[in-house]
Amino acid sequence: MLIRSLQDEGVEYVFGYPGGAVLHIYDALFKQNQIQHVLVRHEQAATHMADGYARATGKPGVVFVTSGPGATNAITGIATAYMDSIPMVVVSGQVQSHLIGTDSFQETDMVGISRPIVKHSFLVKSAPDIPETIKKAFYIATSGRPGPVVVDVPKDITNPTDLFDYAYPETVAMRSYSPATRGHTGQIKKAIKLLTDCERPMIYTGGGVVQGDASDQLTRLARLLGFPVTNTLMGLGAYPGTDQQFLGMLGMHGTFEANNAMHHCDLLLAIGARFDDRVTNTVSKFCPYARIIHVDIDPASISKTVNADVPIVGPVDVVLEEMIRLLQPEVEARSAEQTARLADWWEQIEGWRQQECLKVLRDEDDPKIKPQEAVQALYKATDGRAYVTSDVGQHQMFAALYYPFDESRKWINSGGLGTMGFGLPAAMGVQMAFPEEMVVCVTGEGSIQMNIQELSTCSQYGLPVKIINLNNQSLGMVKQWQDMQYEGRHSHSYMDSLPDFISLVESYGHVGFRIESRDDLLPTLEEAMSIRNKLVFVDIMVDPSEHVYPMHVAPNGSMRDMWLRKGVRT
Amino acid sequence: MRRIISVLMENEAGALSRVIGLFAQRNYNIETLTVAPTEDETLSRLTMTTFAGDEQVEQITKHLNRLIEVVKLVDLTEGDHIERELMLIKLKASGAQRAEVKRTADIFRGQIIDVTQSAYTIQLTGTSEKLDAFLRAVPEASVLEVVRSGVSGLSRGEKVLST
Repeated sequence: MLIRSLQDEGVEYVFGYPGGAVLHIYDALFKQNQIQHVLVRHEQAATHMADGYARATGKPGVVFVTSGPGATNAITGIATAYMDSIPMVVVSGQVQSHLIGTDSFQETDMVGISRPIVKHSFLVKSAPDIPETIKKAFYIATSGRPGPVVVDVPKDITNPTDLFDYAYPETVAMRSYSPATRGHTGQIKKAIKLLTDCERPMIYTGGGVVQGDASDQLTRLARLLGFPVTNTLMGLGAYPGTDQQFLGMLGMHGTFEANNAMHHCDLLLAIGARFDDRVTNTVSKFCPYARIIHVDIDPASISKTVNADVPIVGPVDVVLEEMIRLLQPEVEARSAEQTARLADWWEQIEGWRQQECLKVLRDEDDPKIKPQEAVQALYKATDGRAYVTSDVGQHQMFAALYYPFDESRKWINSGGLGTMGFGLPAAMGVQMAFPEEMVVCVTGEGSIQMNIQELSTCSQYGLPVKIINLNNQSLGMVKQWQDMQYEGRHSHSYMDSLPDFISLVESYGHVGFRIESRDDLLPTLEEAMSIRNKLVFVDIMVDPSEHVYPMHVAPNGSMRDMWLRKGVRT
Repeated sequence: MRRIISVLMENEAGALSRVIGLFAQRNYNIETLTVAPTEDETLSRLTMTTFAGDEQVEQITKHLNRLIEVVKLVDLTEGDHIERELMLIKLKASGAQRAEVKRTADIFRGQIIDVTQSAYTIQLTGTSEKLDAFLRAVPEASVLEVVRSGVSGLSRGEKVLST
């Protein structure tokens, strides 16, 4: 009954791992061929694979785990999806109903343990409830602000000997849940007035534009207005990264021009972004001159950390479409004075751009590979068209800053929770969804070892993911903070006893390359990318002393207070 | 500022734990809490009091609204409202104290609902302030046990919270 419900929901892939409490479900899975199951090596990876699949396709990712340890292993992945608002349905097995609460074998209170990190959860009480529960789970996971939903199913509920009439509901209605379907007209008109009457505008967009599939509307709106655009780490690709109007990423490791434009703007149009602490730096010093318009599907995100002057609750694509319609005549009627004011603003921004904050500084005699150069070479080797997933740390920031994304859903990383070990399984999920596309995981020797067991899953399913390991033999981001704030005391931020990654991947039947010289960077990466049917692990030995810049000055800094390179700040 | 938030929610297992969990998770305090099914048994009415500023109460109500099982809610303290709390209090009552306790209970319109040779159990209803005042009016040493229901409340007039 559960499997039929998933089939009727149109599920293509399930990522999971079997165990006692889900044996009935796995038996039903065995007897059908509509849904393909991907057997992982650890449940955390199953959730990240489903997550990567969901981020790349926009469709909900589906996970099966068993009770107890299966369920708890899935927690990190569920929390990752929750923080980044990713639609996911996790079906967890539970011990038999009559054993719940008796500390029986492999029992854990999954609904309780996952409660703070799910959009909603269900404990299925009887078999006939399964179809409606599944329908609700998918509806909740994918509508409004998306998020993970847990469906905990006691083993006896899936007993195949109990037969029931099956009917999958076409729709579900819930009196207590009705996400906004359009923005408030009055509020949108107020926003239009502000957008027409400003001198130094700035558009700041986040993951909501990616998840809300409003990239097209954002691009048209920004071009119509001619305003500068910045994206958060989660929002990269929603506006073309190589476009002139794009100022780069903002925030802690944002560009000089984006952070300065934020600080000095007099009107901020925030779309599908949540004023995260990694964006704002000190909240009291955030955008001191700006009136703020905030468009978001989630009312709880509005005025949470930063007060919005014009809040607009609604789906971003619908709201932006309405804005474009109303702004068209306003822009056509722009006075020469208005146009000149905007040109002045752009002149100021171009001045900040002259700083060339992302220029890779190097001593020509130094043979060490800079991690930034490695990402730039990767961009060339993939024509900037790859799906890129990342783990968490310096390599994540280098990828975000040095690999501009022109399309939405191509940049996939754990921004909210910051989960090391996310990159490889996420890339596998993307590759499952798009077998013909080039999928690259940019990682480091620390992160990759957190889910390295999935190299085995890659062999089993022939997933030709390309792993780019920026190997600095240390937990680079931790080390950077220790350099900057703890007088260089590198407490446990080194990586000793590293495996020989090449031999390791070869033992799984994959291909491995090591790059130790700058001259080999581009040719070897090009060769790696040309191997289309095999997983290739490229171990790049990079300069371990490199830091990520720009970097916000903290604590008590504003957005424009940045370290630009070692020892140099604004 | 003290707030009374009244929540209409699905009468389902787990709904209450989500509300409580939200308060713990987001570091909001709960002063009192009371919950029971309404005339429609598929719905529960939960009333809680909390101390929060305007911005925080806005966040609390938004986050409560985000819970799937929450149907509707109102901050009763935003408008005119009626609030009541029930208190049962067991007091030492022997000798001369006996009459004094009875008189104090009468002044507060309390009812003696259980009697032994040495103790009275008194039932009192009213605003939380009134119950506090009663506690101040009886000698501290005579109080054996106190149980309070937490605040329940409704908006004044025709305004109702319904689906």
